[in-house]
Amino acid sequence: MKNWVMIVFTALLFLATLGFFALEGQNEKAVIGLLNLSLLLVPMLSLIFSITYYYNMYDFLLLILAQPIKRKKSIFSLYLSLLIVFSLSITIGLGLPLVLFNPFSTSYLLLLCILLLSAVFIAIALWAAVFTNDKSKGIGLSLLLWVYFVLLFDGILLLGMYNFADYPIEKYVLFFTFLNPVDLSRIMVLMQTQTAALMGYSGAIFKQFFTTQQGLGIAVLLLLSWVVVPLTFAFNKFKKKDL
Amino acid sequence: MIAFEQLNKKYGKHKALENVSLSIPKGRVVALIGPNGSGKTTLIKSFLGLVSLNSGDIFFQEKSVLKQSDYRKHIGYMPQISRFPEHMNVKQLFDFMRSLRKDVKDYDWDLYDKFEIKKLEKKRLNALSGGMKQKVSAALALLFKPQLLLLDEPTAGLDPKSNEVLKSKLLNFASEDRLIIITSHILSDLDDLVNDVVYLIDGKLKFYESINSLQEKTKESRLTKMIAERLEMKN
Repeated sequence: MKNWVMIVFTALLFLATLGFFALEGQNEKAVIGLLNLSLLLVPMLSLIFSITYYYNMYDFLLLILAQPIKRKKSIFSLYLSLLIVFSLSITIGLGLPLVLFNPFSTSYLLLLCILLLSAVFIAIALWAAVFTNDKSKGIGLSLLLWVYFVLLFDGILLLGMYNFADYPIEKYVLFFTFLNPVDLSRIMVLMQTQTAALMGYSGAIFKQFFTTQQGLGIAVLLLLSWVVVPLTFAFNKFKKKDL
Repeated sequence: MIAFEQLNKKYGKHKALENVSLSIPKGRVVALIGPNGSGKTTLIKSFLGLVSLNSGDIFFQEKSVLKQSDYRKHIGYMPQISRFPEHMNVKQLFDFMRSLRKDVKDYDWDLYDKFEIKKLEKKRLNALSGGMKQKVSAALALLFKPQLLLLDEPTAGLDPKSNEVLKSKLLNFASEDRLIIITSHILSDLDDLVNDVVYLIDGKLKFYESINSLQEKTKESRLTKMIAERLEMKN
């Protein structure tokens, strides 16, 4: 289902990517700039778009469910169609120029993280949408969630780090970041760049973890579970829901 | 064909269905009537599996439908308000619905033809008038040759000619030993069509009688009057 919003989204991403590479002399700076931009934009856009899509499709879903279609199948198809549209958009808008200008591991990792991140936030959006039938409540909830993941979480983390600065808390900080898919992605990509060297002692712990094959593997698995867990909640709630 | 056994459904504090039990055989056309909030929509939704019950069971062709989805192969549903995605056109809608039902190869295009839906093929669903959407809904409900037709306010929004087209299709359909259940507030449209009347009020079954029986009891010939009279009678 072609939707002009997605085309605009793709175009935006494409332009932004081009823009960054054009502005920054060093490729790596451009990648980091892109990282920050997309970490901010992609979750929000995935959340808002997906949740409005769900509410728009709600009535049609009822018609579909009057056919011999299982509930799980219908909501899963909804998720998949959203995922496919976003993946295409991200791959073309972000991936294509990235790989053209900077065909190194950093770019691929960035692409992978952003793709996974969109999968995560579409899942979260569906969960929020299934939770409440009220459109405004649903959108409000997803915006709140965005603020939490992108802003609040880091705020809390910083507070904690500041207050406990004298204690050897690095490991705990590491584990804490697992609770936020955005931070997880950010660190994964940052660690591949040279900025990691500038981060001092805490940076060393992160670097230790994230540059090993094992560490990266675990991080990807964690992101995947960030997809699976909200999805499962969403599916189960949808199965039992009165429509 | 359908049996409802001791259905109970509460939305918060509101009792939508209270101990409703009903058994409807096939080969009939049944009117499901009652004031707003009487439980008609909840009854239909619980039958379609859109809403879960607090207690009770529903049987279709002697098998329980709770938590099942397969039985809906045999059901054609026409909702009160057409619920279509905005960006699809009519042709895409029909193609999509057919792709959902790969089990059916033999379609009933009768209403589709009689309503001249082919002319609307390229039109976007959100560009259709209310009446046109109703025609599309009706044609879809009959497309897969169901054994049970569930129509929720089918005639509201249809012009007189289309109304007659639908009615004659339904009469034709009914004579083939299937079951039709129609909810409607416009009882005059149901004259000459229905055999039985189910009347719900406040989530409870008030009466379930055939037209003949109602006619005898009330000495009236029009459905509206029959029902009004009957409601005055014994509880």
